[in-house]
Amino acid sequence: MTSFTLNGRAVDVSAGNDTPLLDVLRNHLGLKGTKFGCGLEQCGCCMVLVDGVPTKSCGKAVSTVSGKTVLTIEGLGTPEHPHPLQAAFLDEQAGQCGYCLPGILVSAKALLDKNPAPTRREIAEALDDNICRCGSHIRILKAVEQAAATMRAAPGTQP
Amino acid sequence: MSAHPPLPALLETNPRLDQWVKFTAPGKVTVSTGRVEIGQGVLTAMRQIAADELDVSLDRIDLQTGDTDLTPNEGYTAGSQSIQYGGVALRLACAEVKSLLLDAAAARVGAKPEELAVSDGTVTRAGAPTGQDYWSLAASVDLSRRATASAKPKTARGEIGRNAPRVDLGGKVFGAPSFVHDMAVDGMVHARVVRQPRRGATVASINEGAIRRAAKGDIDILRDGNFIAIIGTDETVVDAAAAVAPGHVSWDGVDPINPGQEEGRWLLQRPSIDRNIGPEPVDPAPGQARYEASFTRMHIAHASVGPSSGVAVYKDGHLTVWSHTQGVYPLKAALAKTLKLDPAHISVRHAQGPGCYGHNGADDAAADAAVIAMRRPGVPIRVRWRREEEFGFEPVSPAMVTTVRVLLDNQGRPVDWTTEIWSGRHSSRPGSGGLLLAAEALPDPPPPMPAADPPEAGGGGGTRNGEPLYAFPAKRIIHHLVAETPVRTSSLRGLGATVNVFAIESAMDELAERAGMDPVDYRLAVLTDPRGKAVVAHVAKMADWRPGLPVGTGSGRGVGFAMYKNRAAYCAVVADVEVDEAVRVTKIWCAADAGLVINPDGALNQLEGGVIQGISWALKEGVRLDSAGISSRDWESYPVVRFSEVPEVFCELVGATADLPPLGIGEASGGPTVAAIANAVAQALGARLRDLPLSRERVMDALLKG
Repeated sequence: MTSFTLNGRAVDVSAGNDTPLLDVLRNHLGLKGTKFGCGLEQCGCCMVLVDGVPTKSCGKAVSTVSGKTVLTIEGLGTPEHPHPLQAAFLDEQAGQCGYCLPGILVSAKALLDKNPAPTRREIAEALDDNICRCGSHIRILKAVEQAAATMRAAPGTQP
Repeated sequence: MSAHPPLPALLETNPRLDQWVKFTAPGKVTVSTGRVEIGQGVLTAMRQIAADELDVSLDRIDLQTGDTDLTPNEGYTAGSQSIQYGGVALRLACAEVKSLLLDAAAARVGAKPEELAVSDGTVTRAGAPTGQDYWSLAASVDLSRRATASAKPKTARGEIGRNAPRVDLGGKVFGAPSFVHDMAVDGMVHARVVRQPRRGATVASINEGAIRRAAKGDIDILRDGNFIAIIGTDETVVDAAAAVAPGHVSWDGVDPINPGQEEGRWLLQRPSIDRNIGPEPVDPAPGQARYEASFTRMHIAHASVGPSSGVAVYKDGHLTVWSHTQGVYPLKAALAKTLKLDPAHISVRHAQGPGCYGHNGADDAAADAAVIAMRRPGVPIRVRWRREEEFGFEPVSPAMVTTVRVLLDNQGRPVDWTTEIWSGRHSSRPGSGGLLLAAEALPDPPPPMPAADPPEAGGGGGTRNGEPLYAFPAKRIIHHLVAETPVRTSSLRGLGATVNVFAIESAMDELAERAGMDPVDYRLAVLTDPRGKAVVAHVAKMADWRPGLPVGTGSGRGVGFAMYKNRAAYCAVVADVEVDEAVRVTKIWCAADAGLVINPDGALNQLEGGVIQGISWALKEGVRLDSAGISSRDWESYPVVRFSEVPEVFCELVGATADLPPLGIGEASGGPTVAAIANAVAQALGARLRDLPLSRERVMDALLKG
């Protein structure tokens, strides 16, 4: 049994200690937003935030997040109350197939939480652990810049 | 004799109007397309086309897509043809439906059809409502009739040309289940296949005990011939078993391959099927200036960011398969053959997958699920390939050699141009002679597929864009289709065009230099197609192109141009690079003419994506081989471009006008991008690299030689 806080809610899961956090999220808790990409901690499709730190959940045993706080794409915002990043990604139409986006969005949230005014280069470096194969990079970088500006203009309003 | 024009091919194949448009629910229009969403935004564009032609708002359109029970058979969603052909067919069908409904309305209200108009589905006369709408009229019009393509699509535009937001992006941004990978059906179990290392390999032994011990949970091991699958309710357990299973199965009949075959030049030694397209080759006149150079590329991978997946269930004698295939009907036909099942008992439904960029593992993963489902009736089976499996077993784009041979006039302009191409096949899709991996592993495998390449009528495979668009007096292609390749090869975005445009445009720069001309001026001097000229001139303007930049300074600028397949969008690209030990692309400008553009932002998104994928192909990508086959099975050994390596990219649409038919844009920018980068690198180094990728190793070699 592992207990942790997921998207602001306490959860207890009975999965074996070695079960990858990704499998717990997708199969035990039914949150399909976080994706399997490689299982090798190389592509960032499975990125979540553990205590605010971008973490590849495919190689992270669930027992290691015991007592910690986990944020997934489902906890970032909702269509009714989108996080500024989600609003900006839709505004810029920053995506093609969209498979990489959940991981990219949470990586970007971690960046903006510690650096509210990143340069284009800082954003790119923060997203270097996330692979986008369709080539939506430019739009994604612009969307993160737009979200940063929104958040600076109205600090503390995002979920 | 009919005054009507012949039906476009897609209407001929799917001739009933109600295969395209139906009025089933009040206030809604059910529109069907055989095209499927592969990240290119086609669902959004098709809705725009239907809404525009029918004069209804977008939210009235219920779009059905890629379902063998519901939608037209449009073959594959491939080749940048969805809008150019599928969209045009849909538009004609919508125009005819609207015209029939207006005829019915006219009869009811006692007016002439031309006096009536439609506003969001409501029929009006002189701007006033007539009390009739599509839904009140639909019951009186039999849409199961044969299309005639007699109604002329309208010219005034509502939805067409508007940047409608993508219908599918919202869910994806909020993490809603959007992909076949995310399907969760009651009673579903997970499965992985232990892949036959290659065709003809037979199982010598399986250490099932070791596999079960590694699973640390219950698994079911299915074996039929050389098809082995691990099945279980807990995906973690199944994954743990699958990760070690390849080490616990030994195979006979696996001869080692020569890893040297990873380089394209190996193709020159191989037997091939040869043909000459165009005039017979000629000998140069005495003293005539000539040019010859060869360009190569390694095999490259689709490298979809998520490995392939498929879900299947066989219940009450009927097989239902969900797949991110590019062609539900061809997959259904291939499954019927593989499973020896009547096609009437198979339904294939498209469900989205990660971007595929061509024929990757999608069809094979679906077949895996189907084969297992047939052997476990009633149980929904979800297969998700492992990353190593996708890289190791998806069909890759073949390695190529393209040699350009030119005879020149006394002004240094080509008078006789030969593009000689060596390549493996560019299609092994199920439905074009290709085989599903599962079929090869089951008992009684089908015979090997005969060597074949996509026909010229479809834009060719290895020969794609082998003919330059430039107005040279004589142009020919010599094609060597190399029948046997070390690994399975098939279609990847651009097919042969990527290498051929790289070769042709590199040669153009070398010829310009010989003629003492600026590369842009040289192209404009030999290009007579006005739209092609306009695109080249536009990108030069965007980039503030100036002739006479110095050579060999470590900074370079290059241009590349092509009209995709010589029948889809025109595209020109300028690249700026910095080269020290490695190449860094610092800026890209891209201009394209795609005729009538349904969704400009969607088209730009495709151009940008092609540019960035082109950067990755140019600088980084090449499938590595060892004696067992593909050895580059992760993102370390098969690197692709990352965020920090992406330059500023500026794309613009030029010449877009409602008067010209749409031209496919999805694959237009890749080849010109690779060519522009190669030309920029040549200028930066003062030496030309002719082998892709332009990796650090190859740059260092060139510097050491120089």
